[in-house]
Amino acid sequence: MSPPAKLPRWAELGLLPAINLIAALLLSGAIIRLIGESPWAALKLMADGAFGSQESIGYTFYYATNFIFTGLAVAVAYHAGLFNIGAEGQAYIGGLGTGLVCLWLGAWPFWAVLPLAILAGALFGAAWAFIPAWLQARRGSHIVITTIMFNFIASALMTWLLVNVLIRPGQQSPETREFAPNAFMPGLHTLLGKIGIPFTSTPLNLAFLLALAAAALVWVLLWRTRWGYALRVAGRNPAAAVYAGIRPPRVTLGAMLLSGALAGSLGLNELMGSQHRILLDFPGGAGFVGIAVALMGRNQPVGIFLAAVLFGALVQGGSQLSFDMPHVNRDMVVVIQGLVILLCGAMENVFRGPLSRLFAGKTRSPKSEIRNDGGPDA
Amino acid sequence: MVEEINSLPPALELRGIDKRFGAVHANRDLSFAVAAGTVHGVIGENGAGKSTLMNIIYGFHRADAGEIRVHGKPVEIHSPQDAIAAGIGMVHQHFMLVENFTVLENIVLGVEGGPRLAGGLASARAGLEQLARDYGLDVPLDTVVSELPVGLQQRVEILKALHRGADLLILDEPTAVLTPQEADQLFKMLGRLRAQGKTVILVTHKLREIMAVTDRVTVMRQGAVVAEVATRATSSRDLAEKMVGRAVLLQVEKGPAQPGATLLTVRDLEVTDRLGVPRVKGVSFTLRAGEIVGLAGVAGNGQSELLEALAGIRAPSRGEIVLGGRDLVREGLDPRARRHLGLAHVPEDRLRMGVVTGFSAQDNAILGYHDLPAYQRGGLLNRAAILGGCERKMAAYDVRPPNPHLRIAAFSGGNQQKLVLAREIDSDPRVLLVGQPTRGVDIGAIEFIHQKLVALRDAGKALLLVSVELDEILGLADRILVMNAGEIVGELARAEATEEKIGLMMAGVKGEGRA
Amino acid sequence: MISSRLLGVLLVSLGAVTLTPAADFKPAIVYDFGGKFDRSFNQSASVGAEKFRQDTGIAFREFEITNAAQREQIMTQLAKRGSSIIVAVGFTQASAVERVARQFPDVKFTIIDAVVDLPNVQSINFREQESSFLCGMAAALASKTGKVGFVGGMDIPLIRKFALGYAEGAKYVNPNIEVFQNMTGTTPAAWGDPTKGAELAKSQFGRGADVVFHAAGATGIGVMQAAQDAGLLSIGCDSNQDYLHPGSVLTSAVKRVDVAVYKAFQDAKAGTWKGGQLVLGLAESGVDYSYDEYNRTVLTPAMKQRLDQARADIVSGRLKVSEYRAQ
Repeated sequence: MSPPAKLPRWAELGLLPAINLIAALLLSGAIIRLIGESPWAALKLMADGAFGSQESIGYTFYYATNFIFTGLAVAVAYHAGLFNIGAEGQAYIGGLGTGLVCLWLGAWPFWAVLPLAILAGALFGAAWAFIPAWLQARRGSHIVITTIMFNFIASALMTWLLVNVLIRPGQQSPETREFAPNAFMPGLHTLLGKIGIPFTSTPLNLAFLLALAAAALVWVLLWRTRWGYALRVAGRNPAAAVYAGIRPPRVTLGAMLLSGALAGSLGLNELMGSQHRILLDFPGGAGFVGIAVALMGRNQPVGIFLAAVLFGALVQGGSQLSFDMPHVNRDMVVVIQGLVILLCGAMENVFRGPLSRLFAGKTRSPKSEIRNDGGPDA
Repeated sequence: MVEEINSLPPALELRGIDKRFGAVHANRDLSFAVAAGTVHGVIGENGAGKSTLMNIIYGFHRADAGEIRVHGKPVEIHSPQDAIAAGIGMVHQHFMLVENFTVLENIVLGVEGGPRLAGGLASARAGLEQLARDYGLDVPLDTVVSELPVGLQQRVEILKALHRGADLLILDEPTAVLTPQEADQLFKMLGRLRAQGKTVILVTHKLREIMAVTDRVTVMRQGAVVAEVATRATSSRDLAEKMVGRAVLLQVEKGPAQPGATLLTVRDLEVTDRLGVPRVKGVSFTLRAGEIVGLAGVAGNGQSELLEALAGIRAPSRGEIVLGGRDLVREGLDPRARRHLGLAHVPEDRLRMGVVTGFSAQDNAILGYHDLPAYQRGGLLNRAAILGGCERKMAAYDVRPPNPHLRIAAFSGGNQQKLVLAREIDSDPRVLLVGQPTRGVDIGAIEFIHQKLVALRDAGKALLLVSVELDEILGLADRILVMNAGEIVGELARAEATEEKIGLMMAGVKGEGRA
Repeated sequence: MISSRLLGVLLVSLGAVTLTPAADFKPAIVYDFGGKFDRSFNQSASVGAEKFRQDTGIAFREFEITNAAQREQIMTQLAKRGSSIIVAVGFTQASAVERVARQFPDVKFTIIDAVVDLPNVQSINFREQESSFLCGMAAALASKTGKVGFVGGMDIPLIRKFALGYAEGAKYVNPNIEVFQNMTGTTPAAWGDPTKGAELAKSQFGRGADVVFHAAGATGIGVMQAAQDAGLLSIGCDSNQDYLHPGSVLTSAVKRVDVAVYKAFQDAKAGTWKGGQLVLGLAESGVDYSYDEYNRTVLTPAMKQRLDQARADIVSGRLKVSEYRAQ
């Protein structure tokens, strides 16, 4: 019943997420204690596994790259008032586009393949998002339902293509032949090596920089263009959008196309950067993690980057944890990741009340009001 | 403080109630008493802390400090259940009814008296019929609530409270949704309740109501009690000054209108809703430069649909809207295109349509004008120009606090409305459509907004004013159109208009004007 | 420590070819998405590794994959940390094995259900069509309606291999038999959806089938439960699943992944491990149908005789079972 508690901006964006994260780790620690391992050692293993060496950092950021793409995809749709559950399918089909370019044009020089691969990934992803968007805009079919359905359709389509059409002849595994080396995304270790910085070989590759560029692009589009303004108005208040002469159906289409294009870029990292072939289920749930990443990152590019790194660290650190602690199997790692999502996403307001009371006692100045100037709105 | 004739303890006594929400001090050391068997008014502007106080009394909020006494005994109220147990009932501004339940089902909801519904319903029916006889509260018990007019829905809320044994009834802005006639009926009912020994607290910002029905009145300003007086010992002007803290003009001062050329012509306009039901039926009228045309009517008689059709939000099914020689309907122009032709629109429901609550003031100050070359070039927003433009509008319309970065939701209703008005006028439109310009706006801002509207008229603009506040129409309009059931049933020049004449037309009696 | 060194000395003195002393022998196994408790394929591999540990007292490292990129990462790590042999379970690991094996030519790799053509990789494949053929025969022999069913997991070449062998076997007994085929899904989730497995089985029963064979991992649990509930017969897969519903499970198409894993570990330890391709069929006891105290009541001696005859014919090459080939 009480009005939403307000916090100073630094507490809203820094302190609160930190407290939530610590609470999640404490809870995870308690569970690890229950299964008879030392929580402290486990935390150390996870942190070490995620950030302890160049190799682990490389893997962490490699995973984070996927999550940045899908997190941005979910956030763009969210700002338009749409809940895109379909990033998984859009990433899958987008990767098909990227992969086909790499398979067919792999003989071309890399700098010719790259823009086409980016374009194809974005186009395929956008096309996959377009149908649910169109159904929502023109027919009112709920986008949550349709995007979920399209995940299944994407999966069925890709399985059929890989099993029957694209499979490398004479093998069991439903995957294509390997791309020509020209179509490999250069690893970051290669790029850093060229400018004289030694770095261990990891799957971290140029796509990470592309993801950062995408984040910057999303920020400019949403908060510095007329198009983004219209998108956010339509997302926040469709009636006000109509009043202002903005057409919400058109915004729905535009936002979903961008959302799909972002999700569709996942193949740049996963296929061109690491697997070098199209294989079954390569998005591996990144589309769904993207929902949590966007939620935790407050749907803002900087927040999404940080949340993506956190989830990358959870995946990489978690895999090290289960590698080195025999009692912690992969399901335990999923439990820990789930706790982080639960406390940082779904239950993020648990500590908001006490915290805001703490601040209300200390600061009375109206300056503590959350500012909202053209910049990202939380 | 108390000079009661009877020696009974007060029905409700508040001692030192204090409440903060973060940095906002909503109630400051409030103390007053409500004598049993009286109608007690609580008046104050929006944001004066009235609703917070009522929510504390009814157990939705807890006071940080202070004591509540009922009939002399201190009570602890932690929840609405505690309040009900103490004999306190509340009728909210927005009804808390289950629309697809019958009246009877709504009333027994929460007090069913056992897992089997039938017995509870039967005994409740008997009790309610008794209540209805005692207080003259006739309501068809077996009708589904959504089929009742709002006046009767409110009656259901009152019955609900009485059925739960309320001895003290709190009504929060009860007339906001009623026609003048329905409001009169409500006041008669309150009189009967008082005669039967019930105590009523009437929370409102309308001076007329306080003067009409209350015995005593408590005036609140900025979270504190600033006066408590017997109603017969005060006047509207006196109360208004106490509420605002300075002298106010209740009547707008304006010279005679000097209508010029016809700017907007509406011919045979028909608007149907989504179900195909006609809401506006063949309406024709004109707007001329330098006049304010008031559109009066009970809410829900087609004014909103007409306004939205004019603004381009709804597509009419028939008719013409001609502005500057162009038929807006045939060309199918959207609101943005209409703005470019000089048709600005202050919407009726500010929060639903006029602003985006999550946005800052400066982002709201370009809503609908975000594609003007002044604010963007090649699709890229010019943040400096947006900020500067907002600062300029805030200064010109005295928007407080003048901080363009602040979220619009942090402004009071009056300041939000001033910013919306500033935005719509900034592009120098020829015609301004204004819906409910002072809804949810405090008295100080009402005064300011009314003056601005008159100034616009004097600057040669054509204004269409849609309002359900008859006082506002009578105060501002130079010509008055009255709508009933989607038709314009009469047109009156201001000089010949009286409240009675308009009231009759609003009820559907055709006037001697055109139509 | 002393005893193991003693053992090493002893073995060397006995002339055994032990290049790596037992204490330094570090075996590892990487399971695929299904996880080691899938009661089927991966679990069978886990049983083999476990048996090796019990028999030799040598611990092994194991890892369950959760995403595609992990395969390469984990195998690299295992190789770096001095694993002597890494067993990769499942065809999806092929490309990762190929890359890591190339990078670490001194580490031995064994991959199951796929072929990787490198000198330090041993590729173990099974002729699933042969055991499926026998199960198809059993189904046809047990069926009273002349209709039998097949529920596959995900629609991939491996599962089609099962389906083809099964249908051939059924037709071998009864040329007019009708074989219904359903795949559970198109995502890896199809391996773990017992509810859907049960539904598919029920729909096949509804069309008249009275024996159903599953090759669907954990999804098959639902298939077998549905058969038990309907009082009809099911055929298990990969592991011996006869014990799950005694009297309702006709037999199981057993694929001795456990034996393969055990043997890979043992050979590597003994130094007899060799790279190259190994194809295990009925002749090599790599696949078989199951016969034990749980299905003795349903698999009659007459049926068993027919099956054993066919097995002998296949082993001798007199009876050819065709193999599904991805184009």
